[in-house]
Amino acid sequence: MISIAPLCAASTLVHLAPVDLVIIVFYFVLVLAIGLYLKGRSQTGEDFFMAGREMTAWVAGLSFLSANLGSLELMGWAAAAYQYGILATHWYWIGAIPAMLFLGLVMMPFYYISKTHSVPGYLKLRYGESSRCLAAISFAFMTVLMSGINMYSMALVMKVVLGWNINFSIWISSLTVAVYVALGGLRSAIFNEVLQFVLIWAGSLLIPILGLIDAGGWTALQARIAHNASAEYTHLWSTLGSFNNNPMGIHWTGIVFGLGFVISFGYWTTDFLVVQRVLAAKDLRAAKMAPIIGAAFKMMVPFIVILPGLLALAVLPVKLTGETAAVASGGHSYNEVLPLMLARYCGPGLLGLGITALIAGFMSGMAGNVSAFTTVWTYDIYRALIHKNASDRHYVSMGRWTTVLGVLISVGTAYLVMQFASIMDYVQALFATFIAPLFGTVILGMLWKRTTSEGGFWGLLIGTLSSMGMWAWVKMDPNALRYVALSPHARVMAEDMYRALWSWVVCVAVTVIVSYGTKPRSPAELTGLVYGVTPLPSEAQVAFYKRPAFLAVVVGLVFVVFNLMVW
Amino acid sequence: MLSGRSISIWFFIGLCLVVDGALILAAGLYELAHPPQFPVVLFNLHASIWWGGPLFLFGVLYCYRFFPGWGKNGGGRAARGEEIHAKQS
Repeated sequence: MISIAPLCAASTLVHLAPVDLVIIVFYFVLVLAIGLYLKGRSQTGEDFFMAGREMTAWVAGLSFLSANLGSLELMGWAAAAYQYGILATHWYWIGAIPAMLFLGLVMMPFYYISKTHSVPGYLKLRYGESSRCLAAISFAFMTVLMSGINMYSMALVMKVVLGWNINFSIWISSLTVAVYVALGGLRSAIFNEVLQFVLIWAGSLLIPILGLIDAGGWTALQARIAHNASAEYTHLWSTLGSFNNNPMGIHWTGIVFGLGFVISFGYWTTDFLVVQRVLAAKDLRAAKMAPIIGAAFKMMVPFIVILPGLLALAVLPVKLTGETAAVASGGHSYNEVLPLMLARYCGPGLLGLGITALIAGFMSGMAGNVSAFTTVWTYDIYRALIHKNASDRHYVSMGRWTTVLGVLISVGTAYLVMQFASIMDYVQALFATFIAPLFGTVILGMLWKRTTSEGGFWGLLIGTLSSMGMWAWVKMDPNALRYVALSPHARVMAEDMYRALWSWVVCVAVTVIVSYGTKPRSPAELTGLVYGVTPLPSEAQVAFYKRPAFLAVVVGLVFVVFNLMVW
Repeated sequence: MLSGRSISIWFFIGLCLVVDGALILAAGLYELAHPPQFPVVLFNLHASIWWGGPLFLFGVLYCYRFFPGWGKNGGGRAARGEEIHAKQS
């Protein structure tokens, strides 16, 4: 048995009581038990990689959201809320809800009816092998890198918050994920993600409740933020008329078109990390409902992420700073805002649950990365390029080993980032814009039957290269920011958004031009893949209030009301 | 674990809530009897008790409702497709 005590530093942000440690250890035991239980249920490829395609809408929807709700998501956006105010909410609302509803209503029928096992798999069916290979290799590469970066960031937080040794945090959490995903495959990942989703809410929801009581309610909170920071920090849209009028240095066009359209639609509709969960749904209706259920809960996430950041602005007696300044002054950084709020309100037991929520967030995010990597590697790279005609059992075995290998590569990346911290910024910046051209390729393929294989491939390739080119241009010449992000005052996030927008435009333009110059496939070949030539099942027999479209409208209306409330 | 039967995902969640809720509730009751030297902010609200208690009750409810082997086909709501099915071995 590993002793926790020697792994803890003397000075930490929070101090765990024995009851907290029992809660954390019980969580680890439970997720491993679930993996062991499901091992016998994942013997075929369909079971291991697609969870048998038998998830209900609720399970697929919660897992869909949980795979995205990593610990970095929780702590990073709470930090962003402290730094930039309520503007950070855009990443949860306009930066997610329309895209999730669009995925459920428009795109899922094609993903699901085509019976593809992955997004690159859809590209193979629609465009051919070359597009699939390009998307699969870049996705696999970026996914394990991102997984490692997340792992390192989480270990760093555990070190700062709990004083845990960084190696201990990396190895214990990553090996736990490796064991339960390798044993039970996607089913185990989804099973645990739903558990993690519940824990994240149970462990985090208390902070905003107690924080609002502490601050004296929403109106008093706004007044205190106006006093401590600025009144602009509590307005979502009214400050976006100019780059200079808001803490983020962004214009509404960047939020609406860059974030709300390209980055959001790119991530939520084509990133296989999240789409894989919906592909595991038991039928088309469940597949359409899952993203809508996910959207309903996504809309609530700011209450446990953004609100604590805002509350910290009002109630914390200390001023938080950037990482460098915090290290120099011995103070606290923005990134510690969520643990600081946990420590402020949560006594023994509740603190353990809160820390478990952060660990659960990390593990759900990592399991999402690893299971998506495993499927893409096994089906879209190994089976397509290396070993075409092996048995199903062979591919399942490959999937189990790839899970372990993926985790080990992620651990290697985590140590690489430890040595060269700038890698983290590079990969995150590129990942944000890599998915933008992929969205262009997929959406044209689904909605426009004239798109050709050559158009899809060249659009994706040149769109991706243009994104990397713009990033390198700004790196070499910072003055280029005025062209890429339309303003020399734009900050990093604004630059990412505009770069995504331009790379999507390049992808779409190249795809359209090349498609008009090449021969399209016949409509018969596109059945099940493209709008207009795919018969979609009627929902006439389903009561209107149970139809995905009706529920999407309800979610959409709530989304509009929420935005107006904090305009 | 029941051989040849499937355990609902909601049962695992119930189990987790029962254990965590009971521990938090117990810690809250202990602190009520022995107030800490350095209490957290809003300690007077005793959040551990009113948060741990409902978690425990929800957990008991879920464990009861989705207990393996209870209900039709040995899996509570399994027969109505409310769980991750496992293939019958």
